[in-house]
Amino acid sequence: MKVSYYPGCSLEGTAADYAASIAAVAPLLGVELAELEDWNCCGASAAHSINHQLSFELPARNLVLAQKAERDVVVPCALCFNRLKAAEKERQRRDEVLGDGFKIWDLLDFLSQESFLATLKQKAVRPLTGLKAVGYYGCLASRPPAITDKADWENPKELERLLQVLQAEPLDWSYKTDCCGAGLAMSRPDLIDTLVSRLYDRALAAGAECFVVACQMCQANLDLSQGRISKKLNKDYYLPVFYFTELMGLAMGHPEAERWLARHLVDPRPLLRDKGLL
Amino acid sequence: MEINLKQPLVPSFSLQERLAGVGPTPPSSCYQCKKCSAGCPLTFAMDLLPDRVMRLAILGQTEALLGCRTIWVCASCVTCTTRCPNGIDIAGVMDWLKEEALRQGKAVDQPEVAAFHRFFLDSLRRAGGRLSEMALMRRFTVYKLMRGPQFGELLENMKLGWGLFKRGRLRLTGPPSLKGKGEIKKIFKSTGA
Repeated sequence: MKVSYYPGCSLEGTAADYAASIAAVAPLLGVELAELEDWNCCGASAAHSINHQLSFELPARNLVLAQKAERDVVVPCALCFNRLKAAEKERQRRDEVLGDGFKIWDLLDFLSQESFLATLKQKAVRPLTGLKAVGYYGCLASRPPAITDKADWENPKELERLLQVLQAEPLDWSYKTDCCGAGLAMSRPDLIDTLVSRLYDRALAAGAECFVVACQMCQANLDLSQGRISKKLNKDYYLPVFYFTELMGLAMGHPEAERWLARHLVDPRPLLRDKGLL
Repeated sequence: MEINLKQPLVPSFSLQERLAGVGPTPPSSCYQCKKCSAGCPLTFAMDLLPDRVMRLAILGQTEALLGCRTIWVCASCVTCTTRCPNGIDIAGVMDWLKEEALRQGKAVDQPEVAAFHRFFLDSLRRAGGRLSEMALMRRFTVYKLMRGPQFGELLENMKLGWGLFKRGRLRLTGPPSLKGKGEIKKIFKSTGA
């Protein structure tokens, strides 16, 4: 299946690990990702915070490109996904629909379709037995449903379903969609410390050894700040933060999987070795 | 911004009229159930709870709202908008107020947050449509240093930058030049960004 792929700016930089795992896993599931030619930044939080018109026009240009490509668009970043969806809704509201015959997917939702999970089940030759994980969805892939068109925005279950297919142990917890504050990570890191340490504590209380995420903003925020927060709160947090695509690749025995994991700041390899999974 | 809620307010309709187009339901239909504040993860850092922002908006207390902290520490998680039983886009109101505060050239309560957004858009415009994370981080670090020496934080950031660099996660070259950079330029110009 061939789809248009909108990676977003951070997958060209700080989320290079996510990008590599996506590029490796997609073909194994029979997905051809055709990068949307000449795509531009969606404007992110900055545009919608201080320039509403810009926050429509930047993503809208990508929609025009996607329309020409005549394929569904798959987006690995929750924020980009949200901004593209918001622009789509705004265009519909303004009756500017030029027969948009394509759907905008967030990557997790797209790869959680039954057919892909069935393929994954067949190819997951190295089950992640005993890996206790909480799925962390963050905000913008599911909220607000009027924009995202998601059915289960308070309690999404795609990550848990996926972890079951990989034979890991998904744990239930109440903070799946609580905000980590990523948009304020540079400007008010002190606020992040409060929000993120709460997520660490709740994940630990649920019995988790790691997080599984589908958003590079969440990943960066939970992974990059862990050392700082540990020091500040005098704790010894060790909670690796996996992208779901990394775990897919790992379970399918992709030879590069260990290299993606080595690029995290909280090194997940000791945990995986401990579990006999690496 | 200090808001003395014990003083009688002089209500005005002007602000709620301007906000009427934000979201599917006019913010004036807020009936103060406070569900927005109950679900908001950032209340610990706010000077006005989200339900108060809505109430003051209905009462036309523009000055108090444009100077408040709440709009800038809002993380745009849109839990409030999602859960509002009246379908009001509360997070959208927060955004509207931020934009208005900057348009009016108000002294904002959280200059770092506003500066970060501005640098982000600036960096995007200069690079012709895609973000250079490096350029943004560099500019923001310089800005923070000029506001006051915070060497502890600077050291932390440098360590983090080095950690990312070692792992091949900092792109030192700028983003690729887009064929549509002319269109991007036009978009920035027409939106005044």
